[in-house]
Amino acid sequence: MSQSIGLVTPQTLSVTTPLEMVCGARLSQYDLTYETYGQLNADASNAVLICHALSGNHHVAGHYEEEKSQGWWDQYIGPGKPIDTNQFFVVCSNNLGGCHGSTGPTSTNPETGQVFGPDFPIVTCKDWVNSQNVLREHLGIDVWAAVIGGSMGGMQVMQWAMDYPERLRHAVVIAAAPKLSAQNIAFNEVARRAIMTDPDFHHGRFIEAGTTPKRGLALARMLGHLTYLSDDMMGSKFGRELREGKLKYNFDVEFQVESYLRYQGEKFATKQNFDANTYLLMTKALDYFDPAADYDNSLAKALAQATAKFLVIAFTSDWRFSPKRSQEIVKALLDNDADVTYAEIESKHGHDAFLLPNEHYEGVFRAYMQRIAAEHEGAAS
Amino acid sequence: MSELSPEFQLIANWINPGARVLDLGCGDGRLLTHLQQTRQTTGYGMELDPAKVIAAVERGINVIQSNLNSHDICHYFDQDSFDFVIMTQALQVVSRPDRMLDEMLSVGKQGIITFPNFAHWRNRAQLFFGGKMPQNTSLPNPWYNTPNIHLCTFSDFENLCEEKDIEVVARTVVNSKHQPTFAMRFAPNWLGEIALYQVQRKPG
Repeated sequence: MSQSIGLVTPQTLSVTTPLEMVCGARLSQYDLTYETYGQLNADASNAVLICHALSGNHHVAGHYEEEKSQGWWDQYIGPGKPIDTNQFFVVCSNNLGGCHGSTGPTSTNPETGQVFGPDFPIVTCKDWVNSQNVLREHLGIDVWAAVIGGSMGGMQVMQWAMDYPERLRHAVVIAAAPKLSAQNIAFNEVARRAIMTDPDFHHGRFIEAGTTPKRGLALARMLGHLTYLSDDMMGSKFGRELREGKLKYNFDVEFQVESYLRYQGEKFATKQNFDANTYLLMTKALDYFDPAADYDNSLAKALAQATAKFLVIAFTSDWRFSPKRSQEIVKALLDNDADVTYAEIESKHGHDAFLLPNEHYEGVFRAYMQRIAAEHEGAAS
Repeated sequence: MSELSPEFQLIANWINPGARVLDLGCGDGRLLTHLQQTRQTTGYGMELDPAKVIAAVERGINVIQSNLNSHDICHYFDQDSFDFVIMTQALQVVSRPDRMLDEMLSVGKQGIITFPNFAHWRNRAQLFFGGKMPQNTSLPNPWYNTPNIHLCTFSDFENLCEEKDIEVVARTVVNSKHQPTFAMRFAPNWLGEIALYQVQRKPG
């Protein structure tokens, strides 16, 4: 029987070795907040790193003392779940530049004594992987059994496979893309404009101003959320259903879908209190991700250095990072004669499908994780 | 592996050790597993059915989920990427078997193909005497609901190969129990139920 991992607590690693960032900046010291579940085995061969998506964080599974809600991937991580915490030692850290514990725009800049705010350096996938590699060493893990991530997390997984090929045996890339399309970047830019043109943005110094650009952030989230859903799914969930049963011929919330989107935006900007500067940073990191750029725009060449075995998963109704984008990754891996498995999951849930229950998805995921578990059990015996 | 079908054993006999193999419609990956274990082959399987993809992953096969009709093969693989491209009992279900043959022999040096013989005497008898489309152990589906949209006979297949300058390197004709009989050698198109073909492009 699969169940939740239960009560979990985050930990923090304070790193004093400076991080040289891709943008040229240097972080003299930083914190990484992370959670772990399960037990690291004697030869540290069962460790799995989870990379989170744009608005995600290190709280992947289980729940906190004061909260009932589970981590964002509780569906897939826990005892008896596809990433089985009875077999694997699961690690997830909050990305640098985040707003859930790891050093980011809401942290104090040790050099100025002020909140970083807009001065937090532009962070990239490479920087995240470099910082996570410090966490790997801290935890005494030589090689990850697997690095796993969906969406932006999937890009990080690819970065891991390219930058530290000898540090992971398997790469699980879910609902990702080898780089953003012009349309993807355009969506991000609209989201950024929504935030930056909010009068409460104060050039990013809203914390000092004692406010937050809630409206801009909520708009950005509404837009983002739209791109995570499919037309079909919105059609079946909301259709043209009206909140009050009849048209009112005004600009109030009339259709259910409007109400839903506003709620999602509100929740993100107020209840979850997501930091607007973090949102800006994450979207930029996505825009910049393009590993092929350094290799004559050949993804195959970029991935040539990777030695991990890959599982690539895409979802049929995902139009944000469609199966075609995952197939580009698969093709590049095949060009290198790499070990790769590709599953294209039938789902009506769009990009969000990677977080939701799905029999086929779960089946492939579980089967692949069992293959990994068999390897480290075989190695240990 | 005791569970391996005689058809797969016959195919395995044609595969040389260390070969690179692509199995189109690899199902649960049984054949590839056998080839990896007994012939140390490397390569990939392609399969559309989700349950079979999961089964293949469980066996540790590198499987690419794909619809064989979507021309993914040439998209994914370069010319001569494989020593063998195998397609068992699936030629008759693809939308254009002729193009499939081209794709197979583009990405592979040799193709191995198996399919049911529509000209087997039992099929002929059902059509000739019964006036009905054949339905039997090798063709279990009714005509209106069958994946077998391009059934052909051994002669049809060999004619197609001839037209396309494809050389038949080897052919084994068997009954539904995958046994060759003496009589089949003389009248394969009458008596053979399943054929295994090994084909390649004619040189030049």
